[in-house]
Amino acid sequence: MLENVRLSFQGIWSHKMRSFLTMLGIIIGIASIIAIVSTIKGTNDQIKQSLIGAGSNRVDILMTENGNPVYIWSASEIPSGFRKVSDETKQKILDLDSVESVTCYNERTNSGGTFYQNSALSDAKLRGVDENYFKTCGLILQTGRNFVEEDFKEFHKVLIVDDVAANNMFGKENPLGKIVEISQVPFTVVGVVAEKPSQAPAISTISQYYNYTSDSSGVLYLTEAAWPIIYSYDEPENVIVKAVSTDDMEKAGEDAAKILNATITASDVSSEETVESGSGSGIKYKANNVAEQARKLQDLSAATNNQLIWIASISLLVGGIGVMNIMLVSVTERTSEIGLKKAIGARKSTILGQFLTEAAVLTSMGGIIGVATGIGMARVINKVSGVAVAVSIPAAAVAVLFSMLIGIIFGFLPSVQAANLDPIEALRRE
Amino acid sequence: MILRLDHIYKDYIQGKMTVPVLKDVSLHVEEGEYVAIMGPSGSGKSTLMNIIGCLDKPTSGEYELDGKNVLSLNDKAMAAVRLQRIGFVFQNFQLLSRQSALENVALPLVYAGVRKRVRRQRAREALEKVGLEDRVNFKPTQLSGGQKQRVAIARAIVNKPKILLADEPTGALDSKSSRQLMELFQKLNDEGVTIVMITHDPGIAGYAKRVVDIFDGEISERTSPAG
Repeated sequence: MLENVRLSFQGIWSHKMRSFLTMLGIIIGIASIIAIVSTIKGTNDQIKQSLIGAGSNRVDILMTENGNPVYIWSASEIPSGFRKVSDETKQKILDLDSVESVTCYNERTNSGGTFYQNSALSDAKLRGVDENYFKTCGLILQTGRNFVEEDFKEFHKVLIVDDVAANNMFGKENPLGKIVEISQVPFTVVGVVAEKPSQAPAISTISQYYNYTSDSSGVLYLTEAAWPIIYSYDEPENVIVKAVSTDDMEKAGEDAAKILNATITASDVSSEETVESGSGSGIKYKANNVAEQARKLQDLSAATNNQLIWIASISLLVGGIGVMNIMLVSVTERTSEIGLKKAIGARKSTILGQFLTEAAVLTSMGGIIGVATGIGMARVINKVSGVAVAVSIPAAAVAVLFSMLIGIIFGFLPSVQAANLDPIEALRRE
Repeated sequence: MILRLDHIYKDYIQGKMTVPVLKDVSLHVEEGEYVAIMGPSGSGKSTLMNIIGCLDKPTSGEYELDGKNVLSLNDKAMAAVRLQRIGFVFQNFQLLSRQSALENVALPLVYAGVRKRVRRQRAREALEKVGLEDRVNFKPTQLSGGQKQRVAIARAIVNKPKILLADEPTGALDSKSSRQLMELFQKLNDEGVTIVMITHDPGIAGYAKRVVDIFDGEISERTSPAG
C-alpha cells in the first residue's frame, strides 16, 4: 500500500504538467466550495455573535398586529387595544422567576424633526424610556449623568444620546449641555451611553441586524415622561425583559407576553381565528425568539450559498471525468507494464489497487491544493468585500476526503480495465 | 518431473474460422534440465511458452507444473503459480524505466509480500549473481542491452522459481552480449535452475542441452543436440 502511494507520487511527478491539468478540475471545484463554505461559516459566526453571543439575555416583547410588529409613525396608526404599560404590570413581570429586570419604551424614527443647530438628524431614532432601560439593555453611561427621578416627575426636557449619535451630531465637541431640537422643542443633552463591549451589538430582529450591518445613525433617549411633550399623549410601549440566564430567555419572554396580553382590552384580544381571518384586530404582544431569529438568518445565508455549492460541485464532476479520461490514457500507455507485472505474479487485485491508489493520490493532492487555494480565495473575498469568513477545519478535511473519493469513483473504471488486461495481449504490445 | 505437458491443443478463433496453433504437443522436462524450443515465427512457440508460463490455457490437454495440475486453477491461483514457480525473461527486457535495477528486481518480492529490508537484501544477491552488483542503483536507461537483460534475469530468479522461462532472450542483443548471456544461463543451470528457452536462432539453441523443434504447431525431439 505504502509502496503504491510512493509509486503513485513517482508517476505523478514524472508527468507534472499532465497531472496538474488533470487535478485542475478538482482544484477549482474544491477551492470554490471551501471559499463558499468559509463565507457561510463566517456569516453564521457573525450572526451568532450578534444575536445570541451578546450575552445580554435580552428578550424584546413587541406589539404585533396579525403577527407583524407594529411600527408607529403617527398616533392614528396605533391599533386600539394597546395601553401604556402600567406600573402594576411591570411589577407582575418583574415578579416572574425568570426575569431579572424589565423596561418599557416608545420608539420612532423622527425623520426631519430633529435638529442640532442647522443640521437635520433624519435617521436618528428617538426612544422614550423608563428608568430601567439602560440597565436592562446593558447600556453604560460614558459621560454626563443618567436620568433621575426628577427628570420623570418634572418632565425635564433632557436627552441622553448614544455614542454613535453623539459622534454624528457633535463630532469631537463635548456633547454635554448641547441643545437638540425635537419637533421644535429644545432638549438638553445630559449624558452619553454606549453598549458594553461584551454585549455589543445587541440585536434582536432582522431589521435591526441590517441596521447594524449598515451604518446606524444612533439613538436619542428621552424620558417616557417627556415623550408626550413631543407626541402629545402616552403611547403604548414595547417591552424588553432581561432574563436571569440565557436558558430562561424563551420562558421569560413568553410569560411576560402573557401578562402583557392580559392587559389588552378584552374585545381586541386576538383569538387564533381572528389572526387567520386578518380582521385587523388581531393584536397581541409577542416575544421575539432570538435563537429562532438567528437560525432564520443563518438558514437564509446558507440557502443562497448552498446553491453555489451545487454549482461548484459540477466542476468536481467535470474534474472527475477528467481524471477518468487521463487514467484511461495512462492504462493504455502502460499496457506492457501491466502485462509484465501480471506475468511476474501480480494479482488482479494488486493491479486494481495500484491504479486506484494512483487516482486517489492524484485527486487527493488536487483536493489539498484546492483547500489551500480556497482558503486563499476566502481571504481575498474578505479583504475585497468585507464579508466575514471563517475557515472550517472539518469542511477542509471533508473536502480532501471527498476528492479522494472522486479519485476512487472515477478511477474505478480505468483500474478495472487495467486489472482485466490479458497479459499476453499486454506483453505483445509495445 | 517439473513440466509435464500431454496432448496440448490450442485453437484460436479468428472470425468464424478456428485456427489450430498447437496440435497434440507433449513435452516432459525434468528438474535441472536446460531445454531450447526452436522454431520459426508463426510456429506456435510463443503460444507454447505462454501456456507453460501459465499466462494462457490450452483448448485441451493436460499440464502439470511441479506435480500440480495448473489448468484447473483460477486467475488468482495462476498468479500465485507465476509468482512462486516461474521466472520470466522477455526479448525486450520489460523493465520499469522509472525504477532502479534494484527496485525492478525486487518487484516480484513486493507481490510476494516480503518485507522491505529482506526484499532489498535478496534483490542485491540476485544482482550479484548476474554480475551487476555495481549497477544496483542504475536506472534501465543507464544500462546497456546486455545489462538490462541481466537485470531481467535477476528479477526472474529473485523469488527462486522452479523454472526459468526465456522468450527470445537474446533477440535484442548483439552477439557479444548474447554470448555472455548464454554463459550466465549455463552458470545458472549448473547451479540447478531449470531453464526453458524459446528461440529461432540455432546458434543460441545450441547452448541448451536439449533442443525441441516446433513447426506448424507440432513438436519433434532432436536425438542429438544441435550444433
